[in-house]
Amino acid sequence: MMNDGTMPDHLMIAPILIPLVAGAIMLFYNDRNRQIKLIMGLVAVGLTFLASVELMSDVKSATEQGGTVVGLYRLGDWPVPIGIVLVLDRLSAMMVMLTALLAAPSLIYAAAGWHGKGQHYHSMFQFLLAGVNGSFLTGDLFNLFVFFEVMLAASYGLMLHGSGPERIKAGLHYLAVNLAASLFFLIGVALVYGTTGTLNMADIARALHWLDDAERLLFHAAATFLGLAFLIKAAAWPLCFWLPPTYGTASPPAAAIMAIMTKVGIYVILRLSLLVLGPDAGASAGFGAPVLMIGGVLTMAFGMIGILGTPELARKGGYLAIISSGTVLASIGFAQAGGGSSMLGGALYYMVGSTAAISAFFLIAEPVTRNDLGDDDVPVEDDGFDPLSERWTPMGLGTVEDTSAPASQRTVSWLTMSICFGLVAAMIAGLPPMPGFIGKLAILRGAIEDNLPTSGHLPVILWAYAAMLILSGLGALISLMRFGIRRFWAEEGPTPRILALEVVPVVMLLGMIGLQTVRSDALLGYTNATASALLEPGVYRRAVLAEAQDVRAAPVQSFAPDPQPENGQEPEAQE
Amino acid sequence: MELILALAIGILVGSGVWLLLRPRSYQVIIGLCLLAYGVNLFIFAMGRLYVGAAPIMPKGGFVDPTAYADPLPQALVLTAIVISFATTALFLVLMIAARGATGTDHVDGKERHS
Repeated sequence: MMNDGTMPDHLMIAPILIPLVAGAIMLFYNDRNRQIKLIMGLVAVGLTFLASVELMSDVKSATEQGGTVVGLYRLGDWPVPIGIVLVLDRLSAMMVMLTALLAAPSLIYAAAGWHGKGQHYHSMFQFLLAGVNGSFLTGDLFNLFVFFEVMLAASYGLMLHGSGPERIKAGLHYLAVNLAASLFFLIGVALVYGTTGTLNMADIARALHWLDDAERLLFHAAATFLGLAFLIKAAAWPLCFWLPPTYGTASPPAAAIMAIMTKVGIYVILRLSLLVLGPDAGASAGFGAPVLMIGGVLTMAFGMIGILGTPELARKGGYLAIISSGTVLASIGFAQAGGGSSMLGGALYYMVGSTAAISAFFLIAEPVTRNDLGDDDVPVEDDGFDPLSERWTPMGLGTVEDTSAPASQRTVSWLTMSICFGLVAAMIAGLPPMPGFIGKLAILRGAIEDNLPTSGHLPVILWAYAAMLILSGLGALISLMRFGIRRFWAEEGPTPRILALEVVPVVMLLGMIGLQTVRSDALLGYTNATASALLEPGVYRRAVLAEAQDVRAAPVQSFAPDPQPENGQEPEAQE
Repeated sequence: MELILALAIGILVGSGVWLLLRPRSYQVIIGLCLLAYGVNLFIFAMGRLYVGAAPIMPKGGFVDPTAYADPLPQALVLTAIVISFATTALFLVLMIAARGATGTDHVDGKERHS
């Protein structure tokens, strides 16, 4: 524990409360006061970021002092296995910080005009952040469902922001798929409760040891249902068809923040598969690992084919998100099957960089295709007619910055955008010195170093993974360079007007990616330590359940004092 | 009681899945509703079945927990009902918007002419 029990660390709930309160306060203002809402949103994101920095330094110092990895926050001060807890460890601290880092550029970009295209953009944005941060911090399965729904409800609104038939059509599919996934999630939660009698993630892992064969079968069914729900969210291969149209038609700032949402699915899979079904889970050890491994590799292959096949730039971004998901999912599968921690550490490093890059990609995709029909095979007409101008007019922060000197401004912003496009493409393809390269190198090195000496050879699936890791980067590179050459080099004539407010967020995200390269040693060290901690689920379990002993010893309820197979966590029903 | 409940959940979920896979958006929304009902009953059943047992214990003192129904699934069902109700309402709005924008109630926004 970070603090010694008496005074709870209220900072832990700040990343959930700040956006929630900010979003709620914004609802009291008329939607025309967008500038006020924007400033409030930026302040909220800034505060969330500061809180995440503080949380991360807490986590780091706790680990360095040899303490437990976990900070615990009991909501309502209920005793641990009964009440809902928030749990902070290295992984959740990192993800919360990543969310805040992605949120700021997306908000600034929205200020260039998109936030005026519909109602309550800023409130929905904050609620989305609250849901995402809550999903990262919660230690309770049903609480996770609630935060998931908060996140999804906000994302429906953000996805449909700006309206138009294309968005409505894609939104209908997105909504239907996610409603079905939520129902799968509920079935899984109910089965987990029915078999283990608890919804606390750490307690589930412990209760798992007491299950008999019939119950274990039911628990595996529960894990399958939960996995299905999260794999839909994480866009693993057979379940990912909703993603490219959804992200491709969503407004760019919304798509940029929704890039973190696939990572929420990945986060939950990572958390649950290593905590509950990790190597020390007895008869259930490694359940689902082959699905993650093979599914991850197939997802990467699908993403690669998709990105080569689609001409539309925003949809390419969707396939990039799929490739990124597949890469991390496969690594989780290998780690769960005992493939070593350094591979997972590399994958986490890769995930941070690729999420930022995909977010930047969505922000770049709309301005650079603004002049054409989004189809790189159709020659662009240069008669100054903008087919999108009726749907989209940049508004700016009250005054449009680049009207005074249009010619030079245009050139600079266009040039900056094209350079940013090249850098993002290099990052996604994994060219040195971008973090994409460092991450992939770390994954490959971890895969070979951890597995070659022990078994003497690499399993076939690991070879397939390594090959896909390189091939998917190549596919992305070919596809993006093809687009880039046509759009930025070959094309002559007037360039679309790009506001400074649209360039700045992209540069911010690229700065973050650059910082990741410069400080790659520190970040890789952090993610490697995170991966090792994730593969030691006992520490997490003990830290969460440390105070659970008091409850068990209390005479009020007939809890079993010790693990006994016939006496579960909750009183069983009497037939 | 077990048989009736199991059959009810099975029929609800079965017809829900079938309707969910139909091409008309109205069928999809009814399918989602039926699925949600089935799942809510299922959550309820996962707390075991009780007849005539209160879910809330009286204040103070030791009580026999086996004489009471499990309150947790009831709380979960309540939350799930609220959430699925809200999202279904949103889906309904979107469905009407899609009908207006595309002129058809096909889920893909256009009729399939084979």
